[in-house]
Amino acid sequence: MDKFSYVNATSLKQVTSLLSDSGWGEVMLIAGGTDLLSELKEYIETPKTLINLKTLPEMEGISSDAAGIKIGALTTIADIAMHPTIQHHYTVLAQAATSVATPQIRNVGTIGGNLCQRPRCWYYRDETVNCIKKGGDLCYAVDGLSKYHAILGGDPVYIVHPSDIAPALIALNASMKITGPEGEKTMKVEEFFTLPSDNPFRENVLQPNEIVVEIQIPNTKPNTKSLYLKAREKGAPDFALASVAGVFEMAGRTCQSANIVLGGVAPKPWRSTEAENVLTGKMVDKAVSMKAGEEAVQKARPLNDNEYKVTLTQNLISRAVMMAVS
Amino acid sequence: MSEKDKEQKQGKNISRRSFIKGVGTGTVAATVAPAILVGDEKAAEAQTDEAVASAKIQLNINEEVTEIEVEARTTLLSVLRDGIDTTGNNVDLTGAKLICDKGECGGCTVLVDGKPVYACMMLAMDAQGKQITTVEGIANGDDLHPVQEAFIKHDALMCGFCTPGFVVSSVALLNENNKPTIAEIKEGLSGNTCRCGTYPFIFDAVETASQEM
Repeated sequence: MDKFSYVNATSLKQVTSLLSDSGWGEVMLIAGGTDLLSELKEYIETPKTLINLKTLPEMEGISSDAAGIKIGALTTIADIAMHPTIQHHYTVLAQAATSVATPQIRNVGTIGGNLCQRPRCWYYRDETVNCIKKGGDLCYAVDGLSKYHAILGGDPVYIVHPSDIAPALIALNASMKITGPEGEKTMKVEEFFTLPSDNPFRENVLQPNEIVVEIQIPNTKPNTKSLYLKAREKGAPDFALASVAGVFEMAGRTCQSANIVLGGVAPKPWRSTEAENVLTGKMVDKAVSMKAGEEAVQKARPLNDNEYKVTLTQNLISRAVMMAVS
Repeated sequence: MSEKDKEQKQGKNISRRSFIKGVGTGTVAATVAPAILVGDEKAAEAQTDEAVASAKIQLNINEEVTEIEVEARTTLLSVLRDGIDTTGNNVDLTGAKLICDKGECGGCTVLVDGKPVYACMMLAMDAQGKQITTVEGIANGDDLHPVQEAFIKHDALMCGFCTPGFVVSSVALLNENNKPTIAEIKEGLSGNTCRCGTYPFIFDAVETASQEM
């Protein structure tokens, strides 16, 4: 790691003022640090200053009210995974949180950091490779090794978004509170993430002087079934090869509404409206679930090494749907 | 959260005095990024923020307070293994191992406030105000912890390099859940890797330890 200086946050106002004018990378935020330190150690980022957000206890914790649940951005993944209300009413989120990395990382990593984490692409993470994300001309996955890369929404950068939490939050119709120099704003988690065709350098719309402060999830209806399915290379902890966050409102075997968001297959959490459309209003059986999977990957454009993800994603969706009605 | 906890959280350990002292030792060059010293208001704020490139901090390791001067980039693992405290003594807690240095192998697992974490992925600055327990702090003097006894009984190691991390993770698991199922043991230890492949013996050891705790 290069040297940097370290400053404790005293207020959100102080943080946004330290961040403003610095552009990307000069001044960075540290919460759990599990993603940031890996970037610093590989010299992918070389900030002059880190601002420690953990001195802002108001950004930590889980609370519920009539509208739903609020999760402070500093809340650890472990606390989310173990929270009884989240386990019962937002099962997809508890399951996604449980699937993140290892116990040691979940004890430290935060939900805010999970949403803002950088891609794991081996070209991006190699300090000697100057790919499009780092200002170069090429996405090396296109002609290089692409086993873990995007099958949807890739052009011109074929990273996949590594978050398990984000697909779950989008499927739950969650919003996020962001603070900047002009004050607070709230946006849908779905609108937070961007594709490389809009901005090849970043994975979301957060500005250099903004902070993710809180996640807000609306109540789920009593007839909601939700789940998170994640395919990994082995049984061991890892990022998703493909994952499905599904939130279904069911009346018996009839699907009244379906939210299906995919992880590990695109540069952002990928909402499959195609799969949702197949399911909405239908009596769900094996054939319908398979049709949903097929439709979801119609537009997939695999690279040299990742065609397996097409079949995998298709079957994962079908399996998630069948589990929801069983 | 009590006021005291909040104070600890807010990192009061980096006092203005220790910051100035730190500068005095000549180990500090830049204290505040120049980019943020724009305009009077910001400059004034930056002064009270006390951005430090290094600081004298206190860490509570195995129930003893260690005072040590660290650069901001120093990891907790570096302090444990290679740190020299302000009295000139080596911290010398080499039980936590430096193996992958990227939060993947678990060899550096320590307890922070009772929870297992990777010491390689935590800045020493971030460990202030926390109770840190390394594998050296698991036994009670010469009396080994039941997990350690069980590792010996089941021969739950081959080369032994990953063992300290596994012991710490096992203790953390059993503190949370004293009668884990095999599936829960596997999940609890999923952040540790053994390249010799002694997993079945490790799982047996944890099961035995759980019966004795």
